[in-house]
Parts: sequence; structure tokens; C-alpha cells
Amino acid sequence: MVELALPKNSRVQKGQHHPAPAGAKKVKTFKVYRYDPEGTENPRWDTYDVDVEACGPMVLDALIYIKNTMDPTLAFRRSCREGVCGSCAMNIGGRNTLACTHGWEEVPGQTCTISPLPHMPVIKDLVPDMTLFYAQYASIEPWLHTKTPEPQGEWLQTPADREKLDGLYECILCACCSTSCPSYWWNGDKYLGPAALLHAYRWLIDSRDEATGERLDDLEDPFKLYRCHTIMNCAQVCPKGLNPAKAIAEVKKMLVDRVV
Amino acid sequence: MTDFRTPRSRAQGLGAAGHGVSHWISERVSSVALIPLVLWGVFAVLRLARSDYDMAVAWLASPVNAVLLALLAVVSLMHMHSGMRVVVEDYIHRRITKTGLLLLNLFVCALFGALALFSILKVALSGGAY
Repeated sequence: MVELALPKNSRVQKGQHHPAPAGAKKVKTFKVYRYDPEGTENPRWDTYDVDVEACGPMVLDALIYIKNTMDPTLAFRRSCREGVCGSCAMNIGGRNTLACTHGWEEVPGQTCTISPLPHMPVIKDLVPDMTLFYAQYASIEPWLHTKTPEPQGEWLQTPADREKLDGLYECILCACCSTSCPSYWWNGDKYLGPAALLHAYRWLIDSRDEATGERLDDLEDPFKLYRCHTIMNCAQVCPKGLNPAKAIAEVKKMLVDRVV
Repeated sequence: MTDFRTPRSRAQGLGAAGHGVSHWISERVSSVALIPLVLWGVFAVLRLARSDYDMAVAWLASPVNAVLLALLAVVSLMHMHSGMRVVVEDYIHRRITKTGLLLLNLFVCALFGALALFSILKVALSGGAY
């Protein structure tokens, strides 16, 4: 739903300030979105003056530093800390990315603003509710569909056909793309979003898959697929350098090939 | 609390409508058609600006001019209708407002299209006589 102003209970207020420890040499301020659904208070912006010489180079390092030494109540997801799990996707300096691969020095200015992925329900602080996002991914049935009896060995594929999956299989489902897409913000309940559609295309062009027609049937819908208006935010923010917009365009071309 | 529908059921919703590709193609085909039609239309308006009433009527009485003008009016209104429809579907979510605006969009475009078509035919066929 398009809303120009946030509802009263969602307006973000000024929060607490956590000063840098005495003797800090180089200080950068992290302005972090805080929200606790257990309480009755509005969300707030807490600011943390971090002694960046005492922590690692990435935004995730700074967040871990804050949680360990300044404020243990801060909640965020993280796991691999090297850009392969997609857990620490958040909005850093106004741009969706992975906290673990984005250096705090890359954020210009003295203050680095960190908020959860946009337009997702917030569970706590920087932790968004990804339930629907994952269900949309599951709805494209991301596994091999076959009708031919299974071969003795593996399903064979030429190197050229295998190459068609490059730029698609690398997706880690961090949701940076989908949650940066205005069309997904407005119609996220019906539009599948760039991440799920990139995966849909990954199975559509897999030479071993035998359900291409059925997969296209399931996508031919004014909302599920055609809410993509090639805004291109998805391709711009993808921390893995993939291009979901191009994958969606390829799906649209496949649907045209079916009728023309 | 929320309902007990599973996330998968929510994600699948009412299933795929089974159309959309024809709308997508018609948007693109009308865009391509409008490139020469609009260029011709601009050229025609510039030419007509320097002519008097009788010359303009004579111009429109030519089959090529009448047909091209009718196509320009109809194709641009069809294109506008499909574009506006997507805008309404994107931004308006209250069922009654959405339905109202979709109908308004269709009726306004159809009305202007019919008026333009009738007017062009009237001038072209009757030579501008009342």
C-alpha cells in the first residue's frame, strides 16, 4: 500500500546516544534503527560512537563491536561474515547490502545510518520477518522437475547449457533486491519480487528441467511477474553482482516466444 | 492474532491469472506504432497551423490523412489506457477506489477515442459541412 507518511506508532524517534570509550582515536557514528515489538514505544534511532580502530573493517564488525562492548540489546542476524549466507542483509547508508562485505569506510560522512531491509515487518531492531519472502521462493518450486524415468547416473548437461546457469545460481537469497524494489513494496503480497523470479528463470533455462511450460504457466500473471517495471534497483544493489532484472526480462521473452 | 494460513498459501494467493503476455505485447506494439504516428502528427499539426479552415478540411478529407489521424487517436488512447491501468493497479489498493478508477480510466479513454474517431470521420466524409 502506498503511504506517504508512516503510521503514528511507526514514526522513528530520536533514541539514546552511546558515546565512544575514553581514549578512542578514530570515531565513526553509527545511527541504528531500534525497535522492540514487546514494548509499547515507537521505533527510535540510537547513535553509537564507535572506536573504529578497535574493530574490523566491515559494517558487521562495527555492529558486533557495538553488541559486545556498548549495547548487548542490539539485535541483528549474521552468520558466515563473508558474503555467502545472506543473513546480514540490511540497509546501510540508504542502500541495501550485506553488512559483512560492506566496509564502514565506504559509507561517506561521519555518520553511517543502518536500518532493516525496507518495507518488511520488523521482528526486532535489524531483524526483518522473511517468512513471505521465503514462501514466495518456495512457490516457484526451486528444484528439478522431470517426467523421464531417472537415468542410472546423473542428468547430463553440456558445458554450454551449464553456463546458462551462471549469474543465477550464485544468488544467496539475502533479499537485498526484492526489498529495494518499489514494485515489491507496493505489491509484495502478489508480486513475487526479483529474487524469486531470478530463481524461477534459473529453473526455466535449466536444460535438464522438464516442466518449463508449467513453470511459465505459473508465472503468467499481471502481478506475479508483470509488476516488474524494470526499475533496476535490484541489479544495482545485488551484493553478489547479479542482475535479477535481466533474468525477469528473459522470462518475459520466453512468454512471448510461446505465443509469437 | 493473525490467521492460520500457511506462508506458502499466502505466497501462492489465487494462483496465476494465465494472462499478461498479451497486455505486455500490446504495450510494446502500440509504443512502436506511436513512434511514426506521433512524428507524423507533429508534422501535420505544424503544417495545419499555417492553413485556413478550408485548407484544413481539404487536408482531412484525404483518405491517408484521415486514416492516419484516426489511428493516432485510437492507438494513443489505447496506449494511455493500458499505461494508466498499470499505474492504478500499482498504487491503489482499496477495492472500491481501485475499481472506480479502473472504470473511469476505461470510460474516459473510450469516450475520447469514440469522439475523436467520429469527429475525424464526420469532417473527412462530409467535407466539414454542418
